[in-house]
Amino acid sequence: MCDTCGCNITDGNRHLLTPPKGRSSLGNSPAKILNNLLLHNDQQADLNRAKFDSKGVLTINLMSSPGSGKTALLEATIRQLNGSLKIAVIEGDLETENDADRIRALGVQAHQITTGTACHLDAHLVEKALDHLDLDELDVLFIENVGNLVCPASFDLGHHRNVALLSVTEGDDKPAKYPVMFRAADLMLISKTDILPYLPEFSPDRAEGCLRNLASKAPALRLSSKSGEGLEAWIAWLHSELKSYRNARQQHETVKPNVQPEGRMLHRAEPEIRFVPVKKSA
Amino acid sequence: MHELSLCQNLMDQVNELARKHGARSVSSVKVQIGQLAGVEPLLLESAFTIARAGTIAEQAEMITEVVAPIVVCNDCGKESEVTPSNLLCLACGGNDTRLIRGDELILARVELVVDEDPQTH
Repeated sequence: MCDTCGCNITDGNRHLLTPPKGRSSLGNSPAKILNNLLLHNDQQADLNRAKFDSKGVLTINLMSSPGSGKTALLEATIRQLNGSLKIAVIEGDLETENDADRIRALGVQAHQITTGTACHLDAHLVEKALDHLDLDELDVLFIENVGNLVCPASFDLGHHRNVALLSVTEGDDKPAKYPVMFRAADLMLISKTDILPYLPEFSPDRAEGCLRNLASKAPALRLSSKSGEGLEAWIAWLHSELKSYRNARQQHETVKPNVQPEGRMLHRAEPEIRFVPVKKSA
Repeated sequence: MHELSLCQNLMDQVNELARKHGARSVSSVKVQIGQLAGVEPLLLESAFTIARAGTIAEQAEMITEVVAPIVVCNDCGKESEVTPSNLLCLACGGNDTRLIRGDELILARVELVVDEDPQTH
């Protein structure tokens, strides 16, 4: 999908496709280098994670469909925390500074990544964004990914936890329809519950049931950023994750999100080889 | 997703095998694609037609075999073949399962066209 349309090439990793100066492009064709994109992404992700770990910043990747309320959740979180945790935000969208402006309006540092056409953030884009943020004294960094339930699940950004939002205006069967995304979630948030009374067709229990059907043990919380209902449980989850992360850091360990990177790797098992003999040509 | 880069990776393996066995060409490549691999068989097949160009596998056909998820239950120990959106144990209904198949992309078989003399391979 992404490589078919070329959208996995972002401003962050475009340099990997450009042959180094002084070398023939023949021996280093774009296709050959494209092969290594995911490998490069994962290497950069490890460097990003090491940077977060050196500063002790818990980094959370927020993923959902467009319009599920990721930015509204961040705004409500900032208000609810009321300065008790120091946070920063990286925003990912195809265009506009709108989301970063909304975060900055609340006095929190934010950097907007505009991806142009790319439908997800990658580790290189995040690395570039880090140049614009001060990580010192930070407790939590949120990365609001591009709204998309497919590609973001495949790109490690170097973050520690994945949070997937599912708003009640979407179908309650989204986890069943997008199993790769929801299996990767460390927490599922059912958002916009204030309008549930108008949406009898959406059942939070069914949504959670679909998540459980993926053998996921991730908690599923229900909240409304607008009414504030359920925000305490989300803030409690944040505090508890921060505590586990700090405990891990004390042991010089880190935490990794519940992604399943094996799925996209070509397994290196030896294939069966069949020979089709043909007469030797003279 | 990201089918073309996966295909490049796959072509590297195929080309290496063809070289190792002194093959004249590659006639078919069979891959197994787990339903939870995030890889779409049709897109992989079309990416293959791009990736094979100019290689020893230029004439090769790609055969894709879709692999359903298989889970092992941590409670009752049974194995079940399940669907991507339902990874529960079919024996006891429990959700404490782990996936043992169905998220992989495996190069399963390569068919090589070789000279009749068996010593060449």
